[in-house]
Amino acid sequence: MRFYEYESRRIVERAGIPVTKYGFCTSAEEARKAAEEIGGSTVIKSQVLTGGRMKAGGVKFADTPEEAEAHAAEILELEISGHMPVGVLVDPKAEVEQEYYAAVLWDGRAKRPMMLFSDMGGIDIEQVAEEHPDHVGRRHLSNLHPISGFEAKQAVANCGMTGRELGQATRVLTALAQLQRDNDMTLAEINPLARLADGSFVALDAHMEMEDEAVGRHKRMLQEIGVDLDEPRELYEPSDFERNVKAIDSADHRGVIQGKDHGFTGNLGLVIGAGGGSLTLTDAVRSQGGQPANYAEIGGNPSVTKSKGLAMEVLKKDGVEKIAVMMSIVSNTRVDIVARGVIAACLELGKDPAETIAIFRIPGAWEEEGYKILDKYGVEYADRGTSMWDAAGTAVEKIQGGAV
Amino acid sequence: MSVLLHEDFTFIVQGITGREAVNLTRECLDYGSKIVGGVTPGRKGREVHGVPVFDTVEQAVEHHGSPPDGAVATVPPAFTKDAVFEAIENGIKLIVIVTERIPRRDVAEMVELASERGARIIGPNCLGVIAPGVAKMGGIGGPAKDARKAYEPGRVGVMSRSGGMTTEISSSLTAAGLGVSTAVSIGGDAIIGSTYAELMPLFEADEQTDAIVIYTEPGGRMEAELVDWREENGSRLAIIAFMAGKFMDDEEMQGMSFGHAGTIVEGAEDSATQKIARLQEAGIPVVERIDEIPGAVKDKLGAKV
Repeated sequence: MRFYEYESRRIVERAGIPVTKYGFCTSAEEARKAAEEIGGSTVIKSQVLTGGRMKAGGVKFADTPEEAEAHAAEILELEISGHMPVGVLVDPKAEVEQEYYAAVLWDGRAKRPMMLFSDMGGIDIEQVAEEHPDHVGRRHLSNLHPISGFEAKQAVANCGMTGRELGQATRVLTALAQLQRDNDMTLAEINPLARLADGSFVALDAHMEMEDEAVGRHKRMLQEIGVDLDEPRELYEPSDFERNVKAIDSADHRGVIQGKDHGFTGNLGLVIGAGGGSLTLTDAVRSQGGQPANYAEIGGNPSVTKSKGLAMEVLKKDGVEKIAVMMSIVSNTRVDIVARGVIAACLELGKDPAETIAIFRIPGAWEEEGYKILDKYGVEYADRGTSMWDAAGTAVEKIQGGAV
Repeated sequence: MSVLLHEDFTFIVQGITGREAVNLTRECLDYGSKIVGGVTPGRKGREVHGVPVFDTVEQAVEHHGSPPDGAVATVPPAFTKDAVFEAIENGIKLIVIVTERIPRRDVAEMVELASERGARIIGPNCLGVIAPGVAKMGGIGGPAKDARKAYEPGRVGVMSRSGGMTTEISSSLTAAGLGVSTAVSIGGDAIIGSTYAELMPLFEADEQTDAIVIYTEPGGRMEAELVDWREENGSRLAIIAFMAGKFMDDEEMQGMSFGHAGTIVEGAEDSATQKIARLQEAGIPVVERIDEIPGAVKDKLGAKV
């Protein structure tokens, strides 16, 4: 789960890391008031779940509350990479002495979180690591032992810091490490972390991402910082197809169906599974010149209704002429149930299953029963003796043969 | 021989009274596996297909007389960490975690505890391990008769991030007369108990295994880790790889980008195409078509003899 900057700011604040006095505003009027309260120059920042705000004109500086109001009015109407902002953040324009970078994130290979700290903040950390590797301090954390301050101190000292700043930076990084652990963050990043003219450290911008699987156990925290758990935070708007498949899936707890068509525009509908099988089959269709209309995953033995629902949604898509029903060898999902589902989908839409189903290749549990049903309707099917590659090839041939 | 499992391998099933666990228990018993107990808190005294159910792992260990060799954890995601800790702290050395959607932090904690105690985790989000003709631990291959059909004892070790594809690939190896020494569904999550590289030494030491097939997908750095392991340690085994999900490299499919910080920690995340190139460069052939796997294994083995 991704967070807006103002939410990340609240999360950081709760962890005891100082932030500037800021205001989250959903109207220009509010932005003016926030700027008045802050006093002096301010920065108005668009709150969108996408990068490139600065370039797109989503970040502006204001010297007076009136100017802040005018900028907020503009930014609130400004779409950035297809996203409309949910509000603006009004922040004091800080007197920064130096910028730092602090982050805690997973190292999948070490299977542990890693702390990163740099005294060259504000810019792209990837660039710092490449050009000034001695300015990036790192240290892994144990998953089991309590987080201790010396670990952060080492990471900070490793990038060459000492003196009063060492202690201040260590406190921030330790708190950030605790925050990452306590909140199941896949990424907890403060960039820049700033030392102000008075010597204090504040987080000027923060980027937090929470693991989706863990959202359920942080509901209270999320509510407290004002996150609407029903708000979809997808990278793109789900299509009707995606929404409908999701609705069919959640209506019945037996088995799982998933469907995506973002980026797919072909004429061959795919009713496929399971996870790895779907990836393999989609590649096999495309490598043989086929054009999938969608991606799908069937798994965990769905009911007839569910299989039928997925097949109908695929068949209803614009430009879909035939469907290919294919899976890797199944041991849990039943072949006969999927067969009944896809045939029912064809019949309900007034289509001939023998014409509409280009190929049925699902070997495994209850296959004899499944093949009997397919025989009855004249649907071409294949068992495990036909590879997934060849089954996909047959489907492609049929749909292209039909078009000629 | 086989890896991980053997003729006398004993294990328990945690969460044994759950619907899927009951099926899994039936399948494993039918296949000849030795399940010596089950655990579901509050259900002590029941039986599942003749297997006694206990409240705690400690009771199961006591009943068996010593810690069983393994445990299959099939409990809801919120309780998995506790169940796996319980198994490890009661002396169990091989734990297959079937459960999906476990938060990464929990997985990392389990893996770290396992390594401190000299235990091994397979999964999570996996179907388990099968040593054809010997035993199966988990839902891998499905009911015993289906598992026998797809898996015949042989010379090839299989490691797969997809449970279903473990059986698909093994079935093609069986049909080609090569057979399978041990197949491991390693799980598809970002952090897993045992990666390709971490299982390689076991296959390396197994006399029955002459070749390895790995099935992989986009995401993670496990192929790079395998390549590094092989360069550092050398290997007598022929390795063949298959990469699914190549279509995800296309621009219109691009979704989530990983972000810069991840790149510095773990190295640039490879796309499917880059992973293929990395493996090929290291001398590990990556077949284009799933049905080319048995032929590629035969080629490699032929070249070695």
